[in-house]
Amino acid sequence: MAPHPGGLTVHTDVHVDTEVHVDIEGHAGTGSVVRVRGLTRRFGGRTVLDGLDLEIGENEFVALLGRSGSGKSTLLRALAGLDPDVAGDGEVDVPANSSVIFQDARLLPWQRVLANVVLGASGAAAVRRGQERLAEVGLAGRERAWPNQLSGGEQQRVALARALVGEPRLLLADEPFGALDALTRIRMHGLLRELCERHRPAVLLVTHDVDEAVALADRVLVLEEGRITVDTPIELPAPRQHRHPRFLEHRERLLAALGVTQEPASPGGRPATEETSR
Amino acid sequence: MTTQADPVTTRPSPSPSPSPPPTPSPAPERKSASPAARRPDARRRRRLGPGRPIPFGAAVGPLLLLAVWSLGSLTGLLDERTLSAPWTVLATTGDLIASGRLQESLLISTQRAGLGLAFGVLIGTVLALVAGLSRWGEAVIDGPVQIKRAIPALALLPLLILWLGIDERMKVVTIVLGVFVPVYIHTHNGLRSIDQRYVELAESLRLRPTQFVRRVVLPGALPGFLLGLRFAVVSAWLALVVVEQINSTSGIGYMMELARQYGQTDIIIVGLVLYGILGLLSDGAVRLVQRRALSWRRTLAD
Repeated sequence: MAPHPGGLTVHTDVHVDTEVHVDIEGHAGTGSVVRVRGLTRRFGGRTVLDGLDLEIGENEFVALLGRSGSGKSTLLRALAGLDPDVAGDGEVDVPANSSVIFQDARLLPWQRVLANVVLGASGAAAVRRGQERLAEVGLAGRERAWPNQLSGGEQQRVALARALVGEPRLLLADEPFGALDALTRIRMHGLLRELCERHRPAVLLVTHDVDEAVALADRVLVLEEGRITVDTPIELPAPRQHRHPRFLEHRERLLAALGVTQEPASPGGRPATEETSR
Repeated sequence: MTTQADPVTTRPSPSPSPSPPPTPSPAPERKSASPAARRPDARRRRRLGPGRPIPFGAAVGPLLLLAVWSLGSLTGLLDERTLSAPWTVLATTGDLIASGRLQESLLISTQRAGLGLAFGVLIGTVLALVAGLSRWGEAVIDGPVQIKRAIPALALLPLLILWLGIDERMKVVTIVLGVFVPVYIHTHNGLRSIDQRYVELAESLRLRPTQFVRRVVLPGALPGFLLGLRFAVVSAWLALVVVEQINSTSGIGYMMELARQYGQTDIIIVGLVLYGILGLLSDGAVRLVQRRALSWRRTLAD
């Protein structure tokens, strides 16, 4: 470990040259929360991320789109520091106080709901914060329930409460609504948007759903062949309407960037760009 | 669901009747009932699977056995020297209690099994934790335990007698050797089969190692540990039986061994029944603990 002006430099592994700068206090240099330079990741002989650059600003909600195997999850996991043994190099600056939401709620089945939310913290203050977050996700009164007594949507709301309990500066979400049914998913979109406006973390949302990206994000990225090929701001009037012409315009452009050409004869259905990633 | 002909729903048409008016039935029920109406002899659909549980089903087999035994003794088909009659066994139990011999034997046997179980469980758990939490621990511990597993604890008895003599220490050590293996195997397996996703979660939440062990590892390994405990209890009684019948001067096994020399089958049977009761009781106790400790997954188990 070598000291670094911006924070703490962590050499993740011997055969990995990635320097993960975990920013202990304040900003990562230029007011951006996340700064990635020349990030390369290889699995076997395949280069998944190829010299990727990325910056995410304070409070910015960024959605990352890409086809299966485009490396979306690899990028997110690199930011979360979850694959320390993967070969590659590059520079990753992330705040120390960041949290992850996985596709599965990933609640510990042997801990009650509140204990899951405050996992890793202890004390009366943590418990109070946990209760507040649970109330915010609409699960006040379910503190003593076991995770397997909750529905899939409720479990994912607990996971959201857990991710926000430490007031993170960066929230990394890996297809958090991928396993939910369409109705629950729409409700979760509203909730996520609302909570992010209240707690103001920077967000990187990995998704394969173009509508989800346009409905939620301030900025949408498309990852292709290990690099970011599209980086577009989304400006839409406040309650985002799926039928707004600019919404549809963004959607068309992003679908085209993902290589999906719209059939003119199918206006109604939600076109899935792909099934799942990884 | 309603394949059985129902007198109300299968009425062909709502004809005016003097008897109580037909209750209005929902349409789907009427539809499903109509084929049954066409075939009035249609019987209830044959169910696959074992069917409904029988009340007190667990008692049927043992009671039947007891009845056959009583009948055999009554008719004289079972010689008193081969197998004493149930009432003789009962009377002998009364005599043994009156003389205090039963309580004395029971106490010393329970003490041995309890001590062996306690030390065995402790050793097995500690070894499993060390082997489960570090690769070096596994490299050092797992091999020898697997080798020990292949050698029955009772095969070590000659060596243990040479080393420790025939006193209480040898007996407890033999029980410990039989007990710690299943506890180790199942706890270690429980630790190893903790979902990798939970480990990843703990990393993403930056849990400290102690928090990780307390919140993730120990509760995750608990089902395995309790399963190991059930096997351990059985092993403890098993080892007890053997050590008490070799060079012993007290305990249930000694009582039985003595009875063998005098041909007292009634006392031998009292000992057998005692072992059975002790085994059942201790297994029931572990299952009770299991149910309480694993209440978070009761929705699946019960």
